[in-house]
Amino acid sequence: MARLYTKDHEWIDVAGSIATVGITDYAQAQLGDVVFVELPDAGRAVTKGGDAAVVESVKAASDVFSPVDGTVTEANQALADTPALVNEAPEGDGWFFKVELSGDADLADLMDAAAYKAYTDAL
Amino acid sequence: MSTTAPSEPTHAQEPLTTSLFDAHKALGARMVPFAGYLMPVQYEGILAEHLHTRSAAGLFDVSHMGQVVLAGSDHATVADALEALVPADIRDLKHGAQRYTQLLDTDGGILDDLMVHRPADPALDGTLMLVVNAANKAADIAHMKARLPEVVRLTLQDDRALLALQGPVAATVLARAGADVAAWPFMTAGPVTVAGISVHASRSGYTGEDGFELSVANDQAAALWTALLDDPDVKPIGLGARDSLRLEAGLCLHGHDIDTGTTPVEAGLAWSIQKRRRQEGGFPGHHVIAEQIANGPPRRRVGIRPEGRAPAREGVEILSHDGLPIGTVTSGGFGPTVNGPIAMGYVAAPHAAPGTRIGLMVRGKLMPAEVVALPFVPARFYRGT
Repeated sequence: MARLYTKDHEWIDVAGSIATVGITDYAQAQLGDVVFVELPDAGRAVTKGGDAAVVESVKAASDVFSPVDGTVTEANQALADTPALVNEAPEGDGWFFKVELSGDADLADLMDAAAYKAYTDAL
Repeated sequence: MSTTAPSEPTHAQEPLTTSLFDAHKALGARMVPFAGYLMPVQYEGILAEHLHTRSAAGLFDVSHMGQVVLAGSDHATVADALEALVPADIRDLKHGAQRYTQLLDTDGGILDDLMVHRPADPALDGTLMLVVNAANKAADIAHMKARLPEVVRLTLQDDRALLALQGPVAATVLARAGADVAAWPFMTAGPVTVAGISVHASRSGYTGEDGFELSVANDQAAALWTALLDDPDVKPIGLGARDSLRLEAGLCLHGHDIDTGTTPVEAGLAWSIQKRRRQEGGFPGHHVIAEQIANGPPRRRVGIRPEGRAPAREGVEILSHDGLPIGTVTSGGFGPTVNGPIAMGYVAAPHAAPGTRIGLMVRGKLMPAEVVALPFVPARFYRGT
């Protein structure tokens, strides 16, 4: 399934019942140098639109929301040692966490890559 | 994702711009509203800009700050008028010298902090040059105008820009631009020609590094900016790195680390109140300040090193080692030179000694931390030989 995007600048890849979540290249560019990421522990329940992680740049802290309901299965431990991965590879090695979906994910309000690009171009 | 940035004073009207606005846009700066002005928060990135300032030289546009001139018949008249509003010894200022002080309210609270400079040229005696914070400019001017005697005139120099050149090679850069300022000690000022442009320079700044602030006519500001950026050691630096640099240097930001709820003694600024003023008083809040100098203030501004990597930002609650609330973080973030989280805040006096173990409540979690001496990065001011 193709990558989808939220209006709050998270991305999500859904493969079967597991979704991988991160923040977009647009988001990392807005944040600037990322110096710390607080990730959810495995087993934590997350809800669509609810707080799931925190990303801190030199100048500010930002909440990262889960695009889906589910249970965290894994967080990207590489970000603990190398938070700059969020700047270098936000939509690759800089992913934040994986979620086991609870039931059918409600993805209807998410954007595809073209729609997200149009959305950020207008910001 | 949603970002909670530190709050800044909001201004209803259209933001103002400095005379370097076009230069910032041409450099690709990200412009943000700050204290009523559209200002560059960063060019290539805060980390790189911060580290460049500490290793070479950074050029800042700080034209949003208020450059104010007080003028009267002679030095004593103007100095005495200002001494009624601030706790520093202004009468004693030498020609060409600059001092840091605060505008105080009647309880000793800090309305603003500012630099005061007496011109080097004896022919200009009776003049004092002030630099005040952008966010407080209008309020400061109203406060002073309401209290200065009629024989002292106040002028806002809004026809002048202010650039800061900060970093270990700042004096070398100015020498290459034709300004022989290498021998000027920290906190002295005077007229000088930089790249053929008349400038009023002072050896001071807000980074903890050696450096200069350069006051220049608005219509010459872009030429001065471009001439200094032509030096390969100089890069433009935004307000983002200005904040991380001053935090590492342990310097207060008014509206955050100091305000009308804090006194200079609580803020660790009693060094800026000279002996004669402590004894004689004659400034607002002297009774509070004298009492706090004699018996110690109830709380003190301290440096804080959180353990781990998570920054503790303004507003975070500070707890004692046994869990009692003892204070609040007033500035906090990531120190690029320290390469870790750093913060400043106020704690109850018994907890203010360096080495004291404290806790920080960050997003509902208790984070261990330690009180440390300020600054986080040693100052490298040029004190003369």
